[in-house]
Amino acid sequence: MLGTAEAMTDERPPLTEASRPVLPRYARLHYDKVRQRHVLLVPERVLVPDDTAIEILQLCDGKRTIGDIVDLLAAKYVADRDLIGGDVIVMLEDLRGRDFLVVVEGD
Amino acid sequence: MDDILRDDPMDTLRLLDSTAPITHVDFGIPAAVLAEMTHRCPLQCPYCSNPVELERSSAELTTEEWKKVMTELAELGVLQFHFSGGEPTVRKDIVELVRHARAVGLYTNLITSAVMLTEAKVKELADAGLDHAQVSFQGAESGVADRIAGFKDAHKKKLQAAKWLKDAGLPLTVNAVMHRQNLHQLPDIIEMAVSLGASRLEVANVQYYGWALKNRAALMPTVEQLDATTKLVEESRERLKGKLVIDYVIPDYYAERPKKCMGGWGRQFFNISPSGKVLPCHAAESITGLEFDSVRGNKSIAWIWQNSDAFQKYRGTGWMPEPCKSCDFREIDWGGCRCQAFALTGDAGNTDPACHLSPLHDKIFKLAQTEAATDVREFKYRNYANATPKGGEAN
Repeated sequence: MLGTAEAMTDERPPLTEASRPVLPRYARLHYDKVRQRHVLLVPERVLVPDDTAIEILQLCDGKRTIGDIVDLLAAKYVADRDLIGGDVIVMLEDLRGRDFLVVVEGD
Repeated sequence: MDDILRDDPMDTLRLLDSTAPITHVDFGIPAAVLAEMTHRCPLQCPYCSNPVELERSSAELTTEEWKKVMTELAELGVLQFHFSGGEPTVRKDIVELVRHARAVGLYTNLITSAVMLTEAKVKELADAGLDHAQVSFQGAESGVADRIAGFKDAHKKKLQAAKWLKDAGLPLTVNAVMHRQNLHQLPDIIEMAVSLGASRLEVANVQYYGWALKNRAALMPTVEQLDATTKLVEESRERLKGKLVIDYVIPDYYAERPKKCMGGWGRQFFNISPSGKVLPCHAAESITGLEFDSVRGNKSIAWIWQNSDAFQKYRGTGWMPEPCKSCDFREIDWGGCRCQAFALTGDAGNTDPACHLSPLHDKIFKLAQTEAATDVREFKYRNYANATPKGGEAN
């Protein structure tokens, strides 16, 4: 595990560009050779992320901030930074709401 | 994101959803497989889903055989592996097997009674890469729970083990099998799941085959109990939104329409028995006359899944009698449960009596009501002494 994952509470602050997201130990991004796509393995479920979600999740290492991730994607796709930033946060909030993403505390 | 293992909580298993793109292949290999590592278990729950003919330890697959099975499953595209039983931690090689499952890329889930876990064992399992644990509870406190489990201090041990599992960073599912003798404790079971930090609670009413069929009169809830339970589950789901997911399974006998058992026979699920038989359902061996292929034979698991007689027999709609054959729901419920049809009508090819279109439906409903009104309390406990001898083997 990377760093300390914050405890799940209903009152946790929303994700910001300073948050450092990471998949918890029980949510694994896995390349499924048979179906030739990435899947997210979680308890009793298999989620099928789209290509954008896969790329974002691969950058969530608990060290990069969401800001870092957005910078990388904006540079790679020569796209509007604000637009990408909004989409990234919505996707990660959705996963965090289901406890399949956590945020590393501290610097 | 699509979710290919979706809520269809008619059993203690999550089933696959064939409507999602990833499984929309003709009988593509299931994404999850249930492995009954052993039939040995220190508990004696009278509704156990194991067959009444229990497999002896001498018949179990060896460590190397299970490893070979896991490797083969992973290569076929199976993604999740459920270590079940009996009690899977009875096996001395459980840590080694979890490690192997992870090494070949499988997501690992331990379905356990938890009474044999120690703090050291939990740590070993977590270090070996265990991904998730599901712990069964028989009630909300020792008095009721230990009597149902037929094991002294079971409840206390479970509470302790659940805490160790959480402390090891593992997500926890609480599985509560419910019936007439413990439904009154459901409010406290829900609170217990919350205080244990579980992310999911399965409220599974007993399904009546095998051991549960032997104990039906002592287990069947009343209609009033069931109505109150449904209301409680709905209220609790709303109240605990974002905190605890509650899956709920009602007892078939009081249903109007049959459950989509196993997601349809041979469509989305198979399990492997302790001796290596590949089964369309964990109760399938209760149907006499079906032959099951084993991983110990010379056929691949993929071949068995696609072609073996047992899987072909009730796959699809070709086998169906009326009223199933011309029913608009035939590809929704796939005819319900074959094991139940066999248990209640003597022929697995009949319509599941849980369906209101079955000629036996009213009789079954009344039978449930009559049994629920009895004051039968004694259980025929699940153990080797009460089991049906296997193939003439000494008991």
